[in-house]
Amino acid sequence: MEKSHYELVILGGGPAGLTAGLYASRARIDHVLIEKGAPGGQVLTTDWVDNYPGFPEGLSGFDLMEKMTDHAKRFDVNILTKEVASVDCSPPGTNTLRFSDGSSITCSSLIICCGASPNKLRIPGELELSGKGVSYCGTCDAPFYRNMNVAVIGGGDTAVEEAEYLTRFARKVTIIHRRDELRATKILQEIAFANDKIDFIWNTRVTSIEGTKEVERLQLLNNDGTTSSLEVQGVFILIGITPNNQVLPLDQLDHDNWGFLKTDAETATNIPGVFAAGDIRSKLMRQVVNACGEGANAVIAAEHYLMQKT
Amino acid sequence: MASDKVMQLNDADFDATIAGDQPTLVDFWAPWCGPCKAIGPVVEELAGEYEGKIQIAKMNVDDNPVTPGKFGIRAIPTLIVFKAGEVVDQITGAVGKSQLVDLINKAL
Repeated sequence: MEKSHYELVILGGGPAGLTAGLYASRARIDHVLIEKGAPGGQVLTTDWVDNYPGFPEGLSGFDLMEKMTDHAKRFDVNILTKEVASVDCSPPGTNTLRFSDGSSITCSSLIICCGASPNKLRIPGELELSGKGVSYCGTCDAPFYRNMNVAVIGGGDTAVEEAEYLTRFARKVTIIHRRDELRATKILQEIAFANDKIDFIWNTRVTSIEGTKEVERLQLLNNDGTTSSLEVQGVFILIGITPNNQVLPLDQLDHDNWGFLKTDAETATNIPGVFAAGDIRSKLMRQVVNACGEGANAVIAAEHYLMQKT
Repeated sequence: MASDKVMQLNDADFDATIAGDQPTLVDFWAPWCGPCKAIGPVVEELAGEYEGKIQIAKMNVDDNPVTPGKFGIRAIPTLIVFKAGEVVDQITGAVGKSQLVDLINKAL
């Protein structure tokens, strides 16, 4: 039997949400964590995590999130698998979550950890050839590109890491970046520059993805105005993330120009009792390590809010 | 969870299964794929809810290279809904339940 009201709802089951669940359950707060699929979040698609303290050998994103999920379950975090259709944070103190099946629940306090998703390039051919050579997840789809030529678009950590991973399968990986230098962490750059299978095309944008049934080539535009094309069988678009805020009341919640939620140092949003943790927050750095910290912090802040209210 | 209601397909029995009277939703997945894992519980839930209306099946693309190649699958999870052996529609990525329900409804 599902309850209709909780003291605390945690929306999202990535690192921030699972940590929030762990802390809420140990604090004996009446809670539920809502996740549309299996918990894990974006980290599930990360090939290898080498910067999460406590794991000196590193581990796969998949394994890390399995451990975090197991950890949450050990303390009986209440996880509900349901898809949220909309959230209403008014009046303050009562938040209503409506589900895609028409049912709804309310809560006194809400921690939003909806995370983020890969950005799209929004160029011709991208949507049409999605899943047919256009991919947003190297670790998922790399094995389909054995001995093929592929391109990676982007210059951040994810792009460079995924390019390196792709070289284990592909014949050649070309990183196409709109600037003349990478933004990725230096150690990742060093690994990429030392890899013979990775080529770079600098100062260049992709203007369209072409192919009849599958990806065949990319049309490129250099910043100096010259155009060219590149024959590839796959293209991995790794150009940053966009917040998963589609179900959130953005007319009520303060957010930045990109739609990430604005919070104070204690993760509180502008609405009393509503907090945000993890990638959905407007902030400088988005990593597992700070997502977890924010999730824990948000629970304590929510607990304070709940105590003051009664 | 209704995992016993999800059929496990392989290259050998695939054609016969999708040719049946009932439409079939096939989830092409692999054990190393994070989004495939994320969508797993939703597929199992649908198998319970749509029992008797549509067959819900999974195919491990690691163990079965032939069928994914035939349908040009280059990304997972890819979910394809078949009716009388023909592709009705497909979707790629860890989409939400409502999108999968929409996909199923196209074959019902």
